[in-house]
Amino acid sequence: MATTDGTAQRSPLHWSVWALVGVAGAAAFAIVGLSRGETVNAVWLVVAAVCSYLIAYRFYSLFIANRVLRIDPVRATPATRRNDGLDYVPTNKYVLFGHHFAAIAGAGPLVGPVLAAQMGYLPSTLWIIAGVVFAGAVQDFIILFLSTRRDGRSLGDMIKSEMGAVPGVIALFGVLGIMIILLAVLALIVVKALADSPWGTFTVFATIPIAMLMGVYSRFLRAHRIGEMSAIGFVLLMAAIVFGQSVSESPTLAPMFTFSGESLALMLIAYGFIASVLPVWLLLAPRDYLSTFLKLGTIIGLAIGILIVMPELKMPAVSRFVDGTGPVFAGSLFPFLFITIACGAVSGFHSLIASGTTPKMIETEGQIRFIGYGAMLMESFVAIMALIAACVIEPGAYFAMNSPAAVIGSTAADAAAKISSWGFVITPDALTQLAHDVGEKTVLSRTGGAPTLAVGMAHILSNVIGGSTLMAFWYHFAILFEALFILTTVDAGTRVARFMIQDLLGTFVPTMRETRSWVANLVATTLAVGAWGYFLYQGVVDPLGGINTLWPLFGISNQMLAAIALILATVILFKMKRQAYAWVTIVPTAWLVVCTLTAGWQKVFHEAPAIGFIAQANRFSEALAQGTVLAPAKSVADMHRVIFANYLDAALCAVFMAIVVAMIVSGVISIRKALATPTVSTSEVGYDTKDLGTARA
Amino acid sequence: MTRKTLALPVRDRLRSWYRMAVQTAHLMVGLPDYATYVEHRRRHHPGEPVMSREAFFRDCQARRYSPAAGGGVRCC
Repeated sequence: MATTDGTAQRSPLHWSVWALVGVAGAAAFAIVGLSRGETVNAVWLVVAAVCSYLIAYRFYSLFIANRVLRIDPVRATPATRRNDGLDYVPTNKYVLFGHHFAAIAGAGPLVGPVLAAQMGYLPSTLWIIAGVVFAGAVQDFIILFLSTRRDGRSLGDMIKSEMGAVPGVIALFGVLGIMIILLAVLALIVVKALADSPWGTFTVFATIPIAMLMGVYSRFLRAHRIGEMSAIGFVLLMAAIVFGQSVSESPTLAPMFTFSGESLALMLIAYGFIASVLPVWLLLAPRDYLSTFLKLGTIIGLAIGILIVMPELKMPAVSRFVDGTGPVFAGSLFPFLFITIACGAVSGFHSLIASGTTPKMIETEGQIRFIGYGAMLMESFVAIMALIAACVIEPGAYFAMNSPAAVIGSTAADAAAKISSWGFVITPDALTQLAHDVGEKTVLSRTGGAPTLAVGMAHILSNVIGGSTLMAFWYHFAILFEALFILTTVDAGTRVARFMIQDLLGTFVPTMRETRSWVANLVATTLAVGAWGYFLYQGVVDPLGGINTLWPLFGISNQMLAAIALILATVILFKMKRQAYAWVTIVPTAWLVVCTLTAGWQKVFHEAPAIGFIAQANRFSEALAQGTVLAPAKSVADMHRVIFANYLDAALCAVFMAIVVAMIVSGVISIRKALATPTVSTSEVGYDTKDLGTARA
Repeated sequence: MTRKTLALPVRDRLRSWYRMAVQTAHLMVGLPDYATYVEHRRRHHPGEPVMSREAFFRDCQARRYSPAAGGGVRCC
């Protein structure tokens, strides 16, 4: 029973098993944390993480369930109260776990840890584990619980009814902001992975006709046969990867699929526009099926691969770049590590999922812990695997792939010399050989995380199946798998952003709300695509490589959303008169607020141009005043564009910070009101009217 | 469910696990269980129309990606 208090009547065997888990975890942490000089096996990272998850789940999440939330397994859930056979359906907890995990697992936990690996594996590991246990999983769990007790209402709705209309609108703006930046940064990752790579570009392009074929198949030929059409789609995808090699080697076909970052960005913007107005069954849905199943299969495959191969971590535990001078992203360990790794430790986006479809399918409240807390632990494990994949690569190769050309130059010789001078010895031949192994012309400055993860995965998976002959296949498989679900997100996210824009504009121009109006749709789609497209294009032509600019903005906005969700949770705990336990949400909120505000402040005002947006704008302004043109700008107009983009980034960052501050203020106001009220001041559902008076509050 | 299924013979147990795996895969892409839906309509709304499997599939698909219906939010 979920309500069993963990401390009651347990056999000595039970406790000795848990003691063993604790000892194993502690030993793994000791090995991971204390070894210096010699390499550490990745399995120790896995052991440390899994033991921490088990203990956190068994003890901390149970404490939250029983003491803080007082989960009541007999209380009716939305699924049982409003069962309609469609949206509200009591669902088996393992089936629902799969649904929830598939909804929260995206590209984030695969990219953040790869970028953060520049500081060594230890800081990232500690943050991923501590972050998920005390912040990320707590947020997902409590928001899922709160939404379940409020008929499955959304985060925005709950903020509106619990904190007021103004915080509701502020939060809505925050969500729109994070949406735009998320789409831009994800699109940038695809661009960075596909630029000058005919193999990758061909396979990713091929997903469009393949998905359309699946769409037509399931619409007209064999309706609703998801398994069948996904199998067909999978076979075609694998064929596309294999054929992609021939494309990349063909003198006539290769140039047709070789594009610069700029052209790819423009194509992606056009794609986003067209894809988001097509009927969903044609492209979005079938590709969503493919990407969901492929993502899951790849995650399981990678886990098995790591356990079979047991690779050594080549990256040092703590690298010299904790001081903030790293080439992948600028800024010191605090606060930048904590915003670089958002998903996997704590992701505000999950609060939207946990207040979406999942709460409408919960069978009993007793299952919320397993689904909310448990699925997030699993997501965190994905982040650990991504970190491992990045750290099994030679550090020299890692830095060659993740440093912008402005730092390491554009030839293997320059890059090898520069990176070796940092203490990560690598030869030009090794870099050329690696490019050859993965079927690319070069691996230099393939920033954005996806190619690095792909090399790491190829390294691990080719050790299980295929050896070096299949290395290139696995590399392009990994690129395809990431691009596939990023494009699905771009498509679906553009639709959501369009809807939010229509909703916001509808406040002033009511006709904008008409979702059937072509004009309203066109205007809103143009605004949505234009917004993320602008940041994407600026990212591609950014002097520091784009990721350095956009990923911190994304991390700040995502952690901002997490802070908002946790503030809501804190307010409701006070309203429920559970303030004695409010530290469970206050502590992670405080940490996230400190991180986002410090990082935001530094991104705006830091005097180093690599970190501060204004400093970068000033650098270009000063050069302009002296009549010089700084790379990569090629003209005065380019210079002006860089300056404007940096001011815009600074403004956006300031807006995110203002949203955090505003939410804190309204949180404090709501808490004071709750304290001044002698009774429980939040309304929940789940008991019949006759029970409401006695509802355990 | 575990205790109930463990009492069953191996073949039925495998069948029930297979059914659960299919349900999970379907729900992951936003398709609820059709049999559950039909059973629900039969029991609670007798005499009222029940969507065909095709209509059910299209309806669920449309709602999964419709932001107006709260769908479409993809995680990062």
